[in-house]
Parts: sequence; structure tokens; C-alpha cells
Amino acid sequence: MRKILATLIAIASLGYSSAFAGTLVINTDLTDPAPKAAFEWAFTKFQEENPDVTIEVNNFDHEGYKQAIRNFLTTNPPDVFNWYAGNRMLPFVRAGLVEDVSDIWSDTGWVDGNLTDGMSHAKKPMTIGGKQWGIPYTYYQWGVYYRKDIFTANGISAPTTWDEFLAACATLKAAGVTPITIGSKYLWTTAGVFDYLNLRTNGYEFHMALTKGEIPYTDPRVHAVFDKWDELVKPGYFLENHAALAWQEAIAPMVNGEAAMYVMGNFSVALFKEGGLRDSNLGFFQFPEITPGIPMAEEAPTDTMHIASGAKNKIDAKRFLIFLSRADVQEEMNKTLGQLPVNSGSKVNPDPFLEAGLDMLNNAYAMAQFYDRDAPAEMASEGMKGFQEYMVNPDRRNKILERLEKVRQRVYK
Amino acid sequence: MVLCHPIFTVPNSTQLIYRKSSWWKRNQQRLTPWIFLFPGLLLFLVYVIWPIFNSLYISLLQWDGLSPAIYVGFSNYIELLDDEYFYISLANNLKWLIFFMLAVPIGLGLAIFLNQTIFGIRLIKSLFFFPFVISQVVIGIIFAWFYNPRGVIGPFLESIGLSNYAILADENFATYGIIFAGIYPQIAYCMILYLTGLNNLNTDQIEAGRMDGAKGLSLFKNIILPQLKPATFLAIVVTVIGSLRSFDMVAIMTQGGPWGSTNVLAYYMFETALSEYGYRMGYGSAIAAVLFTIMMFYILFFIYRMYQSEKKGL
Amino acid sequence: MFPIPIQKRPLINQISYKILIPISLFIWLIPLIGIMLTSIRGLGDITAGNYWGMPSEFLLFSNIKDVFQNTPMLSYIINSFKITIPTVIGAVAVSCMTGFALASYKFKANLFIFFTFIAGNFVPFQILMIPVRDLTFQMGLYDTVTGLVLFHVAFQTGFCTLFMRNFIKALPHELFEAARIDGTSEFNIFFKIVLPLTRPAIAALSVLIFTFIWNDFFWATVLIQGQHAMPITAGLKSLNGQWVTVYHLLSAGSIMAAIPPVIMFFLMQKHFIAGLTLGASKG
Repeated sequence: MRKILATLIAIASLGYSSAFAGTLVINTDLTDPAPKAAFEWAFTKFQEENPDVTIEVNNFDHEGYKQAIRNFLTTNPPDVFNWYAGNRMLPFVRAGLVEDVSDIWSDTGWVDGNLTDGMSHAKKPMTIGGKQWGIPYTYYQWGVYYRKDIFTANGISAPTTWDEFLAACATLKAAGVTPITIGSKYLWTTAGVFDYLNLRTNGYEFHMALTKGEIPYTDPRVHAVFDKWDELVKPGYFLENHAALAWQEAIAPMVNGEAAMYVMGNFSVALFKEGGLRDSNLGFFQFPEITPGIPMAEEAPTDTMHIASGAKNKIDAKRFLIFLSRADVQEEMNKTLGQLPVNSGSKVNPDPFLEAGLDMLNNAYAMAQFYDRDAPAEMASEGMKGFQEYMVNPDRRNKILERLEKVRQRVYK
Repeated sequence: MVLCHPIFTVPNSTQLIYRKSSWWKRNQQRLTPWIFLFPGLLLFLVYVIWPIFNSLYISLLQWDGLSPAIYVGFSNYIELLDDEYFYISLANNLKWLIFFMLAVPIGLGLAIFLNQTIFGIRLIKSLFFFPFVISQVVIGIIFAWFYNPRGVIGPFLESIGLSNYAILADENFATYGIIFAGIYPQIAYCMILYLTGLNNLNTDQIEAGRMDGAKGLSLFKNIILPQLKPATFLAIVVTVIGSLRSFDMVAIMTQGGPWGSTNVLAYYMFETALSEYGYRMGYGSAIAAVLFTIMMFYILFFIYRMYQSEKKGL
Repeated sequence: MFPIPIQKRPLINQISYKILIPISLFIWLIPLIGIMLTSIRGLGDITAGNYWGMPSEFLLFSNIKDVFQNTPMLSYIINSFKITIPTVIGAVAVSCMTGFALASYKFKANLFIFFTFIAGNFVPFQILMIPVRDLTFQMGLYDTVTGLVLFHVAFQTGFCTLFMRNFIKALPHELFEAARIDGTSEFNIFFKIVLPLTRPAIAALSVLIFTFIWNDFFWATVLIQGQHAMPITAGLKSLNGQWVTVYHLLSAGSIMAAIPPVIMFFLMQKHFIAGLTLGASKG
């Protein structure tokens, strides 16, 4: 059905391009209630402000979209589509399937309001080859969520340096509390830990170069990251049996006081609260500094919208992206999404976690997109398997890094 | 009159009709099988036979399913030889093969155990057969839940004072946990095969054996077991094929983890070609080709046995 | 009969047997009992770890309601029917024809074609995966029920042909000969004589194929993406990812998924078993 609709639209656009110039075809995978509602609002508002444009939405289910996008960008491109920033958009940019929108980013006549000012901290992940390829509209912070009350009871305050962090872990462990909970069954949680250790030990540029495949995994600087990781794994600071637990299953230990910290994204707050934690006992702190002097970059997976290079209606598509970049639009959408607007001119709901995140990200040096988006798919899956194996068997580090290096050489050929 | 000498008379319409129906009548025995075979053969050729050859061809390519394919000869296979996960998968397939075979004797044991005529035994036999009827997905979900350290077995161990054990997180034993779940419905299937076989035993032979003084184990070995050979043959073949096909369980319970240690060829192929992180159609096809070759041995063996029994006219 | 009928054994054996049976049945069915017990309780019990005790509230119907309201479970079940029933009809129909052809006529390629069908049935799915997926894409049937049904009918033709051919071969062929001499056309022999005689085989085969297709997971994953066409097996797997730690919903959902083949099984046990054990007792 979807396909027929899309085909009809395509045929219609061919023959009656002038009459249908006001149709904007958008492909999305936003079937979850919050994103769906946020975008329905956005589409309605855009059409109100631009009565000459009609929006046609093709909605795919979340998992299927990741497959479908490979097909529709080549055979049946929409005007606008959802995707992600960073190296995740690289394959499509390289294949020439995405439209260059640097003109929107540099205020050359398109923009009212300073797009570059409001979004400069988010420019890097949208840039490939010196050009920008889409507009980010939402992201969320990663960091360390922790039990404020357990910390207080053990005389610890939120650590800002690596030594303070280790000391806190040691104190907690001595008191019978598992310092850090984690559920690594579905692998990506281990990447969160790796990414932060790398960002803090070696910096954002190094991390980007590594995920781009420019640095061997056997490099001593990568070993340095694992040396730091050893300081957490070897004394047993992580939850037992985490390889058998999904990330949600690792929430319970923190809720019932068995564990005190979780390296996580802000989407976990909803689950913490469902489990019974409140603002009074749940806290957030930025992942501590490791190598002094390295500017603090953060993990902030960003959702984006792009224009297909094969789009029929690029004019209205650009108008939509500009609309999407506005502070007021992002503010309203993110209220529904419960995440952070990218435009620094937007405000957030009064919520301690959102406010902490907004502050942190607006002042961040740069934003990484998470290992499985920054590294190509194959490298990511092998890397994360390696991280999981390392966390259970830290003495296999050399073998694991050698294997990852082999993969890197094959994948990044 | 005209019909007696069709060759020598000027053909008129009646004769033409006669000729036409006679041609059909003469040939319908030859042609009918092909007409009946046509839809099935066509479907089978398109969806089974041709894809096999196509896959073998794809295994010689480097292809991500989107961009144009590049011919790379046997390099996928050469890479496979150096691939750690390939050997892990092969080893796991071997473990599956060996331990899955336990389903046959256990099924036989169960069948003998249940082969009585007490009241309600029919319902009981049906209930024992239950696990086979349920989807492997459901069985996998149930067992994964049982194995979860916060599921059933873990807390139970802790409650009796032992330490918790998460088998699916243990790279050395996770595969056995999955095999245990997979063998559950397989035992049910073997049990039914043997129950049927036991039902069709030649009672005279058994009576004769008993009169000769054969009892228990020797009766079983010399008289019963040989009569169960067809059931045993079928049970072994289906169990072997089932062990090599172990996709569903692995997909549901561990997705090949922890860190790839429970991978089997069937799942590894899927992972490389079609999962979220896998775009390598050529490489995946090479893995499938290896799996196919291994199974061909059993398939040919099975066909050979069937051919022999066909010839004997059984 | 073997083993010695329990009635002929000393009383003590009879009693211990009669005790052993329900115990062993219970142990055998623990996994299934487990999900039944879990599906009736609420989230409170689950979080507290109360799996085996008396549930603090009886929530079976509310769980089932939850499952149907908050998830596409109903779609999944309907899709499973939409996929299974046409496949059964198609596969059985096609294989009646192919089985008849191979059983009743002598021609050179007969055994070869027969063995091809058998061999094809045992082939690992993975060797078919990529070409079948591509073919389905190109026919525009990707992510549709039709695409999946077509594949299933084609693949099951292997097993079904084996089944029907062996069954028809065992029918009295003198009947066919007599009909031929009478001038009945081959088509009429098939429709009027053979088909009515194969009714028990068709029943058995239909039940078996229903179970196989309903429980298929692999092809649903490969050929279907969206929930408009996804059957219960793949649907349950994706819900499994969503329903972490809510075992009561997972159990209720699993039971829903398992019910149709189970009902089918209990209604048609004889046919089911007859179908599965074909060839288990030759001679």
C-alpha cells in the first residue's frame, strides 16, 4: 500500500510537477508515541505557516526503516527523511544520495535568525568533507546517573576527576554496594563506557579518528584506554553476570540499592522513576575528567532530518529544514519528546536532568554520536562484542585488540 | 463405415474430431503426469532449486545488497578459513550434532515408559508431546527467562544457598543451555516416532522370544530394537537435520552471544548478510554454502537409503 | 507387547508406575506450567520475585487485555492466520497433484524428480535466503503476506509431495486401471477416484503444515518487516525486546501465540501423529 502511494506520488510529480510543487514527501520511522506526536505537531504547524505546501508522510516501523532506507534513497527518494548524524550518514553521503545543505547553515539569505550561532556546537557531527548534510533537531545527554542518597550515606560527593571516581568506587565496594551497574547482553552499553573512557583519555579528535578507522586498535593510546578500564573491571566494580542482562534488567539493582551508578543516556530516567526513584535520590553527573586539560566532549546521539539528492521538491524541503532548526519549533517538539533541543536558544521543561544536560551540551566541546553510529556497522558490532568479552575477561585484552585490528583493516579498506 | 478406414477416406469434421480425441487419448497417459507436476515443479524450481545455485554464485561476489556486486572468486572462502567465528560456529554445530542425538535414546526411553494401557495414558502421551507443537520462539523465550540470573533458576539457586549462575553469560556453557532448550521439543518428536513403532511391533516375534527365555535387556536388543529400525532411522535423520538448522533458538536466546561464542553456521550466515550490522551478502552466502555442503552429505545418505527401499519395493 | 504390560507386574510396580507418571509429567511440563503461572500474576508479584507462590492478584484477563491493547498482538495473530491458511491450501493442493503424478505413472524421470523434492525439503534455509529475498523484492512482494505465502507453498511442496506420493502409492491401483479401461480420463481418475481416497492423508498433511507454518520464524524475519504483515513468531521476538522484565505480559503473549497450533493438535491428534510418523513403521 505504502509503495503504491509512493509510486503514485512519484508518477504524479513527474507529469504535473508545477501543479504538485506544493507537495512535500517525508519518510519517517517515528512510530513511538512521543516522536509521532512531536512530528504531527511540527507538520501541522509548518503547513499552517506555509499554506501552499502539503505534507505527505510515509511512516515505516523503526526496525524496518533501517533496511528500507537503503532501498528508497536509490529507487524512490522522498523529499525529506529522518536519519542520524555523524558517521552513520556517511555511506549515504558518499553515495551521493543526500543533498548538501551548507547554505542553510551559513546564513546566506535563507535564514532568519542565526542558525550557525544557535547550533554551532552541533555543526561537527553534521559535517562531512567541509559541508553540512542535514539539520539536527533533538539529542539527549549521556553521563553517570547515581544514587544521591547512597553517596551521601557513604560520605561521597559526585566525582569530577578520575581519582575521585576510583575512590568513590572503592568506598562503595567496601560498603557492599556494587559501584557500577550495567547490562551488556545487547552489547551497546559497553560502548558507552568505552567511548567516554576514550573521549576523556585521548580526546574527541582521537575518538573520531579511531571510529573513522584511521587508528589501529593496537595503538598504545587505545591500550591506555583499556588501562583505565582495567582500574574499573579488575577490582570488580561492575555488576556481576552483566552479560546475561539487558540494560533494563540492570536498572533494578540500582533501584533497590544493590548498585549506585549507571553510565547511561537520559532515556533511562523514565525507567528509574518507574522503578521508584525520585529526583531526591536520583542524580546525574558529567563523566569525570581523566587526562587533565583535554576539552570535554560528550556523547549526544542526535536525530536529524535530511534532504534526498533525488528529491522532487527541494525548495519546500529546505523551507522545512529551516523551520525545523528554529529555536521555538525545537523547544516545542522537545517538550513532547522529553529530550534536548539542539538550538541553544530553546528552553527546556523544568526538570533537573534536562537542565543539567542542556547546560552540559550547550557548553560541550563537541558531540560524539555513540560508537555504533560513529563507526561503520561491521566495525561497531565486532568492537562491541570485543568490549563485552573484555569486561568479563580483562586479561584477554591483547588478543581482543588484535582481533579488532584485523577487523578494522578489512572493514575500512 | 467411415470410421473403419480412417486413412483412406476424405477427412470430414467427424473424423477430425476422432483423430483429435484419439491423439489426446493416446497421449494423455504420457502427458498427464507432467501437467500435474507442472505447478509444483515450477514453484519448487523457482523458489528452491534455482536459489541454491544462485547462492553459490553469490558466494563468489563481494556485495552489500545495494551497490553493484564485484566478482572476487574464492576470496570469501579464503577469508572464511581465517575467521575465528567460523570455527566457533563449526565447533558449536558439532556440539549441537552430538548432544542433539541424545533426543533419540531419551525419546525411545520415554516411549517405552509410556507404552502402557493405564487409564488416561492417551491424554498423558499427548501432554508429553506438547512441546513439539509450540513454536521454538516460545520455547526459547521460556528457557531464556528461566536461565536469566534474575529469572527463575538463578534466584532458586540463591534461595538454597548456592551462588547464582547465569549459563547464557558463560561462553563455555551457553551453547549447552541453548541445546538443552532445543532438545526439549525434539525428544517429544522422537518419542512419538517410537510410540508408533512400538505400536506396530510383531507380537508373535515377541511372544516367541519370551518363550525362549529372553527377558529385559536381551529381549530388547535382539527382538525389539531391530523392529524399530525404521523409526530409529527417521529419528536420527530428522534430529541431525534439526541440529544443523538450529537458527530459531540461537536467535531468540543469545543472538550468538556472549561475544559470538554460541554462534552456529545458520545464525552466523544471517548475521553477516542480513542483520542490522551485516551487509555482506557474498560472505554470508559462502557460509551458507559450507552449511549446505555439510547437510548434503546427510541428504544424499537419506536419499540413498530411500532409493534402496524403493527398489526393494517396500 | 513391549514392555510387559504393567497389569501383569506385581502390584508394587503398578502403584509406583502410577505415581511416577504424573510426577514425570509435571517435571516434563515445568516450562509450560511456568508461563501459565506467570501469566496470571501482576507486575507487583514479578518485581517481588513471587513466581511460584499464590499470586497476590489474579490478573490473567487484565494481562491478556494489556497484551492486546498495548501491542500489535492481534495484528500478529491475524497475520499468522493470513499466512498459514492459504499456505496449507496451496501446498496441499499442489502436492496432491504432484504426489498423484509421481505415484501413478511410470516415466524415466519419476524417481529423480521425487528425490529432488525430498532433497529440497532438507536443504538449510540459509542457502535460499538471499536469492529468495531478492526475488521477492523484484516481484514487489517484499513485506507482504503474499510473498511469504508463495515461498512457503513452494518450499513445503517438497515434504508434501513425499507425503502424498507415498500415500497414493499405497492405494489400490487396480481401481485406476479399471477406471481407465472404462474410458475415464486421467483427470477424472484424479478428481473422482484418487482425491476422495486421500482425504485422511490430506487431513494429516494439513494439520502438520499448519503447525510448521504457524511456528515458522526464520522466513517471517527475512521476508517481512512491518507489523501489517508480521506473524506471531517474529512479533513475539520483537515484543520480547520490548517486554524486558515484564514476564507476566511475555507469558500471556507466548500463550496466545501457542494456542492455535495446540488446539489444532488436540482436535486432530490422530491425523497429526499419522502424518509425522509416516515411514516410522515400514514392514
